[in-house]
Amino acid sequence: MAITRDEVAHLARLSRLALSDEELGTLASQLDVIIGAVARVAEVAAGDIPPTTHAVPLTNVFRADITRTSLSQADALAGAPAAEDGRFRVPRILDMDE
Amino acid sequence: MTDVSRFSAARTAAAIAAGELSALEVTQAALDRIAKVDDRINAFLHVDVDGAVAAARGVDRRRAAGERLGPLAGVPLALKDVFAARGMPTTCGSRMLEGWRPPYDATVVAKLRAAGVVIIGKANMDEFAMGSSTENSAYGPTRNPWDTDRIPGGSSGGSAAAVAAFETPVSIGTDTGGSIRQPAAVCGLVGVKPTYGGVSRYGLVAFSSSLDQAGPLARTVTDAALLHAAIAGHDPLDTTSIELPVPGVVAAAASRDLRGVRIGVVRELSGDGYDIGVRARFSDALEVLVGLGAEVIEVSCPHFVYALPAYYLIAPSECSSNLARFDAMRFGLRIGDDGEAGAEEVMTRTRGAGFGAEVKRRIMLGTYALSSGYYDAYYGQAQKVRTLISQDFAAAYERVDVLASPTTPTVAFRLGEKVDDPVAMYLSDLCTIPSNLAGGPAMSLPVGLADGLPVGFQIMAPTFADDRLYQVGGALEAALDAARGHPLLDDAPQL
Repeated sequence: MAITRDEVAHLARLSRLALSDEELGTLASQLDVIIGAVARVAEVAAGDIPPTTHAVPLTNVFRADITRTSLSQADALAGAPAAEDGRFRVPRILDMDE
Repeated sequence: MTDVSRFSAARTAAAIAAGELSALEVTQAALDRIAKVDDRINAFLHVDVDGAVAAARGVDRRRAAGERLGPLAGVPLALKDVFAARGMPTTCGSRMLEGWRPPYDATVVAKLRAAGVVIIGKANMDEFAMGSSTENSAYGPTRNPWDTDRIPGGSSGGSAAAVAAFETPVSIGTDTGGSIRQPAAVCGLVGVKPTYGGVSRYGLVAFSSSLDQAGPLARTVTDAALLHAAIAGHDPLDTTSIELPVPGVVAAAASRDLRGVRIGVVRELSGDGYDIGVRARFSDALEVLVGLGAEVIEVSCPHFVYALPAYYLIAPSECSSNLARFDAMRFGLRIGDDGEAGAEEVMTRTRGAGFGAEVKRRIMLGTYALSSGYYDAYYGQAQKVRTLISQDFAAAYERVDVLASPTTPTVAFRLGEKVDDPVAMYLSDLCTIPSNLAGGPAMSLPVGLADGLPVGFQIMAPTFADDRLYQVGGALEAALDAARGHPLLDDAPQL
C-alpha cells in the first residue's frame, strides 16, 4: 500500500508542519519504505496479548499536598517569543470575521 | 608532567579530596583540552566557562573548610543538551530552541550540582535525541575521536566524543533506543541505560516518554557506577520514578567475582548482518567470561526480531505527541508573527522551519501510526509486541542472570554513509532496543578493536537488577585490561 503525496500533505496538516513541495516528495517515498519495514509487526500472532503502555507497572501516583515555591512570573516569561503585561502574547486565534 | 585530563573520575576526585590537585586546576585542564581539540570533534554546543570555574572554586572552598567531599566532587562533566540547566542554553540540537535558557534545573542536574560535579558544558546530540550518528544536529555533526571521518554514534554522540577525546572524564546521555550504549560502543566507552524509572526524567526534554532514560558514559565501569549512583533515586517530580533503593552499583563494580554467574547469549542478536570483527571480539569476550568462572549458555528470544519495527511505531507515536508542545507560543522559535497571520499559521510555519528532516519524518510517521483506521494495526499491535518482548526476557531470566549480545552490528561508520537511508540508520539500534521496550537496564563496554575501531559488548539485566551489569562489566573490564596491559582508550590516536 503506497503512501500518496496527498496523504503526506494531509499528515503534514495534522502535524502542523509547513513542508515544501520537495519535502513532500521526499517524505512520501521515505515514509513508504519505513512503513513497509515497520508493518512487519503484523506477522506476530498477538490477538489476545495485552498491550504494554509502560515498562514498569504503576498505578496512580500521588504527591503529598504540600505548597512549594513555583517559577516566578518573570522566569516563566523570560523565554517567551513575545510577552506583554506579564502574559504570553500570541497571534490571534480566531479569524477576523468570527 | 601528569596529564590530569586522562585521569578517571574516581582518581580525579580522590586527588582533589587528598589535596593533591585543586578542583580549579582540574577544571582548567578540561577547558584547555576542549580549547585544543574540540574544533576537530565538535562535542560541545556550549562551554560554560564561568559556571564551571565557579563550581570548581565552590568545591575547593568546601574542602578548605574541612568538609568531607563526595566521590565525584570536582569532576568535570559534559551534559547532553537535552537537560534543562539553569544559566545555560538548552537547544536539544534544534533550531527550535536556539538561544532558549530554561528557568530551572532538571533533577539530574540538581543532583550533579549537589554532588560537587562541575558541569563544563552542553554536549551535541541528534536533534531531540532522534538519530544514531549525531548528524541530525542543527549545529553540525560530532566526530569520532578514533577516526574523525567517522560518526561518534547517537543520539548522545557529543557526550560520548567528549569522554573519548579526554575533554571530560564522564558525561550524561539519554537512551531511548540505544542512544547511550551505541555511542559508547563506537567510541570505546562504558555506557549504561539504567532500569526505566531509575533516574528522574524531570527536566529532560521528552522524546518518547515510555522509553527515555538518562544514564552515565565513562571510561571505566567504576566511573559509570559512581555517576549512576549520583543521579539515580526516586523523585516525586517524575511520576514514573521508581520508589525503590538504588541498586548497589558501586560495590558490584568492584566485586570481580563471577563464579556461578549464568550468562545467556541471545541467539537472535547475532549472525548475518553483524561484522565479522564484531562477532570475533564478542566471542573472545565470552571466552574471558568463562575463564572467570561464569557459565555461558545460548538462549532464544524469538520476538526480539520484531523489536525494531515495534520501536519505530511506538517511539515516533510518542514523539509526535510530545513535540506538539513546540507550538511557538510560550518558548523557543516563532516565525511569521506579522500581526496578520493567525496562531495556527504561525505554529505551522515555525515548526516547518524549526525542525530538521529526521524530526519531521518521525512526527509524520507517528501521526500516521496514531491516525484512525491505522491505530490498531500499527500502534496497538506494536504495544502487544512490546508485551511479548518482555515475556521473552522473563523466560530467559528464569535460566540466566544476565543476557549478552554485541551492542551494535557494526563498528563506527563514515559520516554521510547512511544519512539518506533512514532504514539503514535505524538498524544501528537493532540490539539495544529490546531493553528499552521491556524497561530493563543494559550496559555497553569496550571489548577490543575490529579494523582499528572499538567494539561494544552489551550486558542486559532484569528490571531493578542494575548491579548485575556492573558485576559482570567490572570483572570483564579488569580481565581485558590485564590481558592487554592498558585500557583500550590508550590505543586511540592522539588528537
